[in-house]
Parts: sequence; C-alpha cells; structure tokens
Amino acid sequence: MPTIVVEVMPKAELLDPAGKAVAGALHRLGHDRISDVRIGKRFELHVDGEVDAELLAAVEKVATDMLANTVIEDVVAVEVRGETAGASA
Amino acid sequence: MRVGVVTFPGSLDDRDAMRAVRLAGGEPVALWHGEHDLHGVDAIVLPGGFSYGDYLRCGAIAARSPIMAEVIDAANAGTPVLGICNGFQILVEAHLLPGGLIRNDHGDFIRRDQRLRVESTDSAWTNGFEVGQEITIPLKNGEGGYIADEATLDRLEGEGLVAFRYLDVNPNGSLRDIAGLRNERGNVVGLMPHPEHAVEPGFGPDTREAMRSGVDGLTFFTSVLTASVLS
Repeated sequence: MPTIVVEVMPKAELLDPAGKAVAGALHRLGHDRISDVRIGKRFELHVDGEVDAELLAAVEKVATDMLANTVIEDVVAVEVRGETAGASA
Repeated sequence: MRVGVVTFPGSLDDRDAMRAVRLAGGEPVALWHGEHDLHGVDAIVLPGGFSYGDYLRCGAIAARSPIMAEVIDAANAGTPVLGICNGFQILVEAHLLPGGLIRNDHGDFIRRDQRLRVESTDSAWTNGFEVGQEITIPLKNGEGGYIADEATLDRLEGEGLVAFRYLDVNPNGSLRDIAGLRNERGNVVGLMPHPEHAVEPGFGPDTREAMRSGVDGLTFFTSVLTASVLS
C-alpha cells in the first residue's frame, strides 16, 4: 500500500514558541552546537491502490487547503513512498 | 431575537454564551456541529473551548464541520456571527476573518482579566460601545497570538477593521496588540477574550466598585439585538 507523505512547517519568519522551548531544553542539557529548533508536522496518507496524477493533485490541493494553514505554515514536501520502502534493504 | 450557539465536540463555553444571550434579552438556541441546520436563527455565536481537541490546528477541523457550511453562507449573507476565543480561531480557519492565531509567544497558557480598548463600533456586536472605550473581560488562551503579513495588518488598520486592542500588557504576542477583528460588512466579529464571562454581577472581573462586578461583556450581546432591529 503506497503512502503519500506531506510535511508542513511553520513559516520561517514566524516565532515558533514550541521549537524555542525545545531548543532551550537542549541547551540546558549541554547541546551547545544546536542553535535553533523548529517543529513541524508530518502526515502519512495511506492509499488504496496506485497513486496516480489525479490523486497526487488532489492531495497537493488538500495539503494547502486543510493540512496546512498557509497564513502561518508552508507545505514543504508532498512525496510518494512505496509500502516496501526500506524492507528490501 | 434568536441567537444560535454552536456546540462542537470540545466546546466549553457554549452554555455561558447561551446564558449571556438570555441575560441580554435574546433567545438562545442550541446548534449542533453535525447538523446542516441553523434552525432559523438571526445571529450565531461560535463559543470558546478546544473543538476537536485542537487537533491539526486550533479551530481547523471545526471550521470544516457540517454546520460551518451554513454558518459561512449565513455570514456571507450578512447574518451576525461572533467568534470567541476558539470561535475566533474557527473564523480565521474558515477564512471569514484574515490572519491566523499561533501559540502565545511566551509559551504558556494565560488567564487574566484583560483590559481592552474598543477600536471599532461599526459592527453588529460592538455598536453599543463607544470608540476608545476601555473595557475589562476575562482572557484565557494558549494559542492567542494574532499574526498576519504586514500588508494585511496595514489594510486592517487602514479600513478600521481592528475591533479591539490589548491595553496594559500584550498577553500573547499578538501583532499590533490586536485582540479582535471585524469584517468589512461589520456582521462578523472575532476576538480572543471572553465577553460571555463578564455579563452578570458576582461572576465577572473585579471593578473599583466591587469584586466580580464587571459586566462589560454584556454589551456584545445587547449590541446584536439592536443590530437586528436596524436591519
């Protein structure tokens, strides 16, 4: 069963208070070389059957219409992954 | 006048909003998120809470729930719609108001009695105030930081669409101290603070005169009764 992966990140110019809190915790733990953290979302959409151009176009639309709010977030990736990805390695 | 209050899964302040409508002299009508039926109401309140557990984004799933198709049509036809806190988040997710609301800049949930300045009285929900009037109503949110791009902020200011601004402190990092907005037509208003929690002596914010006597929120709900008479 193929999977379409959609990744969404808060817009670069906006403050990400959750990421900032994680960065602060990392610094307290001594990870001085990590300068910043930003937290995004990853959606895995499982598909019945093959992914065709029509479905991919529909997912790209729903990614910007619903999965992300493009006022505050950017869709940074829409990718197809096969079910067996990694299994044959 | 019949004022509908929509209950979503996770709404918290729907009963308070209905009580506020009744105290103002209106007839509250309970509306359900899963129906495509506004029951003929004359105005609509989207209440506070954590609809759908704030999953995806605050207000995002509620904005796409069945009844919102009717709410959006009604709003576009001029029916007064008030979004309070999570209701404001639903209004921006439904694109009835511009911009977005993100996590408070300091990262904490905040609850305080908040002073606001009324910036616009040209709306169904604010016509009972005076421009420049200072009011105090409760604020309680974790994701109340209002943001929009500079061009949108300039347009909102230029067209007088900022309805309320935070006074004394900016509690959540909202750009230009914006606490609430109205749309161009004036029928849709959204704000993060909670007018429905300041409608009854004994249960509102403290005032100089007496503890918990603040009822500044009642004017929202009396304003809309006047608005319906005028139209």
